[in-house]
Amino acid sequence: MTAPLFLVFGLLLILSALMTILHRNPITSALFLVLSFCSLAGIYLLLRAEFLAMVQIIVYAGAIMVLFLFVIMYLNLKHDVETGVQIAVRRGVGWLLAITVGALVVALFQRQWAPGPVVGLTDATGNTEAIGKLLYSRYLFPFELTSIILLAAMIGVIVIGKGRQGGTIE
Amino acid sequence: MSLPNDIPLAWALALSGLLFLIGVAGVLVRRNALIIFMAIELMLNAANLAFVAFARTLNSLDGQVFVFFVMTVAAAEVAVGLAIIVNLFRLRESVFVDEVNLLKE
Repeated sequence: MTAPLFLVFGLLLILSALMTILHRNPITSALFLVLSFCSLAGIYLLLRAEFLAMVQIIVYAGAIMVLFLFVIMYLNLKHDVETGVQIAVRRGVGWLLAITVGALVVALFQRQWAPGPVVGLTDATGNTEAIGKLLYSRYLFPFELTSIILLAAMIGVIVIGKGRQGGTIE
Repeated sequence: MSLPNDIPLAWALALSGLLFLIGVAGVLVRRNALIIFMAIELMLNAANLAFVAFARTLNSLDGQVFVFFVMTVAAAEVAVGLAIIVNLFRLRESVFVDEVNLLKE
């Protein structure tokens, strides 16, 4: 089952990456980039890197892409003109998706869900725990260095974003 | 032909190489600085995929730790780079890289 899933995620990854660099609208590009990051997270899961898959979704698809979208909208780059047909198609697809998801939610809530067996936390040595142990033992020094990198980036961004002393850049 | 249950290293490396190629093409072809930035992110992710694939093959976690560090550096890089792009936009009213030619004139 792993190999076919890998092919599916890989195909999705390549297609969305291509759409990222080929699409004309920057916002659409950013959203396709989110899709490619999510499919990459799926591949990480298949390669038994569960912690990285979660970090990929939270940090990349969450934080970094929000930053991208924020800047794109802040710059107000492009007012894409849409024809009436496109808007109608999009509205139709949107309503169809919304109805499907709504029906799914109703169907899910009509069933009874038995809680799974409780997994003991003490003897479960998962991927996250192993990475944490490695980070705080062998890679402690690089781990501390990354905090300095983040601090430097934070100060740098504040200084750059503040502009010059006069308040505005001419 | 039955597909193997475990992912061969060659597949993951081929996917990583393809992703890197797409990133390089994006940097070279596009002129919008934001898209170029996204393509750089794609290349970083291609490197991450190679790291994870080797970590799986060698049955070691060190590759995954390196991916963690790469993600940290990528986050810092995106923050700084986007701040620079915002400043560039304030200065030139454009984010197209071939209109930024102050040094050429």
